[in-house]
Amino acid sequence: MRVALFVTCFNDTLFPETGRATVELLERLGIEVEFPLEQTCCGQMHFNTGYQREAIPLVRRFVEVFEDYDAVVAPSGSCVGMVRELYPLAADLANDKRLAARVEELAPKVFELSEFLVGKLEVTDVGAYYPHRVTYHPTCHSLRMLKVGDAPVKLLKAVRGIDFVELPEARECCGFGGTFAVKNADTSIAMLGDKLRHVLDTEAEICTAGDNSCLMHIGGGLKRQRAGLRTVHLAEILANTEEKIKP
Amino acid sequence: MTIEAPDAFSGGKTPHFEETARESLADSQLRRNLGKATQTIRRKRAVAVEEMPDWERLREAGRALKSRTLRHLDEYLLRLEESITRAGGQVHWARDGEEANRIIAGIARSHGAGEVVKVKSIATDETKLNEHLEGEGIEAFETDLAELIIQLAGETSSHILVPAIHKNRSEIRELFMQKLGVEDLSDDPPDLAEVARLYLREKFLKAKVGISGANFAVAETGTVCVVESEGNGRMCTTLPPVLVTLMGIEKIIPTWQDYEVFMQLLPRSSTAERMNPYTTFWTGVSEGDGPQEFHLVLLDNGRTEVLADEIGRQTLNCIRCSACLNVCPVYERTGGHAYNSVYPGPIGAILTPQLVGIGKSGSDSLPYASSLCGACYEVCPVKINIPEVLIHLRGKVVRHKQDKGGLKGKLDPENVAMQAMAKTFSERRLYEGAQKAARIGQWPLARSGAIHRLPGRLAGWTDARDLKPIPEQTFREWWRSQNGSGEGA
Repeated sequence: MRVALFVTCFNDTLFPETGRATVELLERLGIEVEFPLEQTCCGQMHFNTGYQREAIPLVRRFVEVFEDYDAVVAPSGSCVGMVRELYPLAADLANDKRLAARVEELAPKVFELSEFLVGKLEVTDVGAYYPHRVTYHPTCHSLRMLKVGDAPVKLLKAVRGIDFVELPEARECCGFGGTFAVKNADTSIAMLGDKLRHVLDTEAEICTAGDNSCLMHIGGGLKRQRAGLRTVHLAEILANTEEKIKP
Repeated sequence: MTIEAPDAFSGGKTPHFEETARESLADSQLRRNLGKATQTIRRKRAVAVEEMPDWERLREAGRALKSRTLRHLDEYLLRLEESITRAGGQVHWARDGEEANRIIAGIARSHGAGEVVKVKSIATDETKLNEHLEGEGIEAFETDLAELIIQLAGETSSHILVPAIHKNRSEIRELFMQKLGVEDLSDDPPDLAEVARLYLREKFLKAKVGISGANFAVAETGTVCVVESEGNGRMCTTLPPVLVTLMGIEKIIPTWQDYEVFMQLLPRSSTAERMNPYTTFWTGVSEGDGPQEFHLVLLDNGRTEVLADEIGRQTLNCIRCSACLNVCPVYERTGGHAYNSVYPGPIGAILTPQLVGIGKSGSDSLPYASSLCGACYEVCPVKINIPEVLIHLRGKVVRHKQDKGGLKGKLDPENVAMQAMAKTFSERRLYEGAQKAARIGQWPLARSGAIHRLPGRLAGWTDARDLKPIPEQTFREWWRSQNGSGEGA
C-alpha cells in the first residue's frame, strides 16, 4: 500500500510538530509514508469564502499530486472534508467532467488520521503513552462531514497513562469556521467563550482534537486568558511512547 | 398599530449581519432568553426524534417528495387551481409581493372591511402586507399570541415558529399592562394567555375578513392546511365570512397521502411534539359552515429564480419547522433580528439572499453568518444541505463582486489577498518562498512566544485570541532534512 501524507498547508507552516508526529506514528505501525513535496493547499479557504474560481487550480493540483497513491492520510478533518465533500462541487463549477471523474476516484482514498487508523488499519491501541488529563473536542467537519464517530475517543482511551475526561456539550462548534473567525469575529468569540467554559469545567490539562485550526482558535482563547490549559493535536498524543522518555 | 420593518424585503438598504449581530451579542437579557429557549427546545426535539425508528427514512421521503414536486411545479400548481376552483374557491397568481398585497387589499376593500384578523403568516411579513393594508386604511390584527406580542411591542419576529422568542414572560407582562390597559397581571403564562384571549375574541367576532398563511396545499384535492398550537388560527380561518390565504408556490404537495410524511416530520422538528394541537384543513367553501368565500393567493416573489438554481433549489424544500434555528450556534447567540430578514437563522441565511437576489450588500452578508458547523443539515427534516447552499451562495456573492463590482470589486483588500494566496498556492516555489517570508515578516508582531495584535481586518482574530507565531522550521524543511530533497520517502 502506497501511503501519502497530506500534511495540509496550515500544519506544514504553523504546526510542523503535528506532521512529524503523524509520520512517526504511521511508521511505528509499519506504514511507509511518502511526502510528495509538490503538495501545497487543498483550496478550502478559498472555496468556502466564495473564491471558488480561484480554488479550481488548487483542486487540479491536489488531484495530480495524490491520485496515484493507494491512500492519502491527513491530520485534519476539515481539509479531508473539503476533498471528499466539496471537490465534486468544484469540478462541476469548473465544468470539467474529466476532473469530476478523477475526483470521484481519488476522494474515497483520502482519510482523516483517526479514520485511517481505526477504519482502515483497524487498530485502536497504537502503543501510545501519555500521562495527562485530556479532554477531546470533536471538530464539526470530522463529526458531521466525515462522520468519524467515536474513532478518536477509542484511540485516546487505549493510550496508557491517560486520564481521559468527556467534554460537556462536546458537539457544539467552537466558533472557528475559517474566515468566519475574522469576518464575524464577535459571533465567533461568543461561541468560543462557551466552548472554553466547557473545556475548563473538565479540569483537563490538555484539550485535543483532530484539527489544528479549531485548536488554534481554542488554544488562542485559553492562552489569552492565561488559563493554564493547552491544546495538543491528537496525532501528537498518539505518537508519544514510553520509549521516547527513556535515555 | 403596524410598524415599519425595514428588512431585506423592504426594498431599501439593510445593514450587514456582522453589524447587527454585534449589537445583539451585547444584549445580555437577549442572550439569556435565547440560550434558555433554544437549549430547551433542542433537547426536547432530540427526544421526540429519537423515539422514531424510521426517522431517517421519513427525512428521505420528505426530501424526495419535495424535490419531485418542485421538478413538476408548473403542473401541480395548475392542478391545485383546478381543484380549488372546483371546490368553490378562487385562485389568484401574484408575481411579487406588491401584486399579492394589491389582490388581498382589493378583496378586503370589496367587503368594506376596515379591520382584518390574521393568523401567523411569514409570507405576508415577506410582502409587508400589514404596512400595505395600513396605507389603504385597513387595520390588520395579528392573532397568533407571539405575533400579537411583537405587534404590540412594535417589533418584528425573531424566529420562524416562536416570533417572540427574544422576550421572556416578565417582559410580556409589562407589555400587556402598558398596551392592553390591564392593571393587575401576574407573569404566569395562563394569566398572560387569558388577557390575550379576551382581547382577541372580540376581534375574531367582529372581523369580516380573515387572512392566513398555509403550511401545505394538496394539488389533488385543493385542501389547504394550517398547522398551529393555539387554536387562534382555526378561529381566523373559520369565523370571518371571507378567508384569504397567501401561500408561496413551493408549499404545494401532490396528494393527500403525502401528509402522512409531513405530519410526522413537522411537529417533531418544530415544537418537539408527536402531534401539534391544532391542524386545520379546508377545501374551498362548504355551504353553511365556515367562510362562504375563499381566496388563495399564490406568491412567486423570486421563487422561480431559486428553482432555476440547481444547488440553491433545495432551499424550497423547507417546511418552516425552524429546527435549524434552534440548533444553530450562531442564531442561539445573535437571535433573529441580526439577520435583518423575516426569515432568520440558517434557512434565512440561504433563503433571503436567493429571494431578493445576489448583489445587495446587506443580504449578501447572510451566507457568511455561519461557521459551517453543519448542525442545521443534521436536523433538517427535508434534508436541505444548508452548508452546501451557504458555500454555493458565497461563491455567487464573490463572483458578482468580481464581475460586476468594477475596479472597486477588484481592489477590495480581501479579493487582492485571496488572489495573491491562490497564486502562491499554485506553485511549490512560490509557496515555499511565502513560508519563509511569513516567518521573517512576523517578527515585529511576535512577542514572548505569541502574537497579541494583528493589523487591519485580521485584528478580529487577536481581539480575543492570541496567535501562535510561525515556528523556525516548516514540516517540509524537517522532511527534507530527514529524507533528502527528493520526492517521496
